[in-house]
Amino acid sequence: MNAFFAIIHREVLLVLRRKSEALTVLFFFLIVTSLFPLGIGADVALLRKIAPGVIWVAALLSTILGLQRLFASDYADGTLEQMALSPTPFVLLVGGKITAHWLLCGLPLVFLAPFIGIQFDLDLETLRTLILALLLGTPILSLIGAIGAALTLGVRGGGVLLSLLVLPLYIPVLIFGAGAVFATSAGLDVGGHFSLLAALLVLAIAFAPWATTAALRIAIE
Amino acid sequence: MAGVVRSSHFLFMTAHFPSSLASSVANGQLRASQLTCLRGERILFEGLDLHLDAGEWLHVRGENGVGKTSLLRLLAGLAQPASGGIFWGGLSITIDPSTYHQHLFFLGHRDALKEDLSALENIAIAAALDGQRISEDRMLAALHRFGLRGREDLPVTCLSAGQKRRVLLARLLLRSSQLWILDEPFNALDSQAIKMLERVIGEHIAAGGMVILTSHQEVAIPNGRVIEL
Repeated sequence: MNAFFAIIHREVLLVLRRKSEALTVLFFFLIVTSLFPLGIGADVALLRKIAPGVIWVAALLSTILGLQRLFASDYADGTLEQMALSPTPFVLLVGGKITAHWLLCGLPLVFLAPFIGIQFDLDLETLRTLILALLLGTPILSLIGAIGAALTLGVRGGGVLLSLLVLPLYIPVLIFGAGAVFATSAGLDVGGHFSLLAALLVLAIAFAPWATTAALRIAIE
Repeated sequence: MAGVVRSSHFLFMTAHFPSSLASSVANGQLRASQLTCLRGERILFEGLDLHLDAGEWLHVRGENGVGKTSLLRLLAGLAQPASGGIFWGGLSITIDPSTYHQHLFFLGHRDALKEDLSALENIAIAAALDGQRISEDRMLAALHRFGLRGREDLPVTCLSAGQKRRVLLARLLLRSSQLWILDEPFNALDSQAIKMLERVIGEHIAAGGMVILTSHQEVAIPNGRVIEL
């Protein structure tokens, strides 16, 4: 288990040394979500209505942006090979990398959400649902995305392929994540949406690291 | 796999540097039978047999593109042979890869170093990922032995190609594995570092270790065999 924390520590350290990469993702999220209120104008009712969808779509896209670098540099400099040959189970290290990706690219989105919500004039109740939904949903995005990142590793023009591969798989998260926020603003019960998101998360935790590991082994060979 | 009791003479000999030599806990034996390696449609080699016992080393030689690196990657378990099997201590490495990896250290073409981190951080993190606990003193000693005194805290980007290679070689001293598979370990090293590495490999062999390496130059280490591809 120490190796799991060691790799998270490593990823955080690497991002701290090269902050621009992680910041790009956050600013992308911030800017895209800010463009909508600016473009649409002060139609508060419309903004409230589109807020869940816009914020979730921006979250999906900025996750994709961070995914391309998830394994690429380790693959290029040979550290991925070393991880595959380490006495530590490869899947544990891969799981650590995915966790680190969420901590650095997913969790900050959750913290940014309240500020973005203000631009869409969301009330407190809806904001709370948005934060909770993002907290449950963004790890799923990182987990599913990691499979795509591993499958497109070493493929020329892999970035576009990665988006085509992963975005359709994000649809359930988008539906239930945005659905929860919309339901709250409409005064409906959100329990069902959260249960489904949590179920998706459990499913992703159980399968995604293994699938990613298998794909990485193929890429290394 | 019987545990090996080291003689007191040996312990004395390695007192200065117990790291690489504390290695062979289990006494393994590497055997490959009827290996066939394909690269695309082309057969690189077929029907290749080899075996390596504790205290022996193997020099893989051949022209460029003949499949030296491919062979090493097969033996490390990074790639699967088209046919044939590789056995560690009589057990196929595909059945129990994690045990095999405990006894294996593989050094590939690429540096496997993070450019933004310092030499010391690189080594410390690599050890932590392998689940090892190593004191900082030992890590520094390994770096110093490979002539990196005063450069421990520089980002690896600031080091020359040869120095990067030295950082990697310092890991050899810290990973206590019995089998070393080294792909062109002498690349980019100066003559002094080459001698140093030969000595480290020699000590490893003398302590019951096993080494498989590729190199275009003559390597002066006893107990070696040459395999021409």
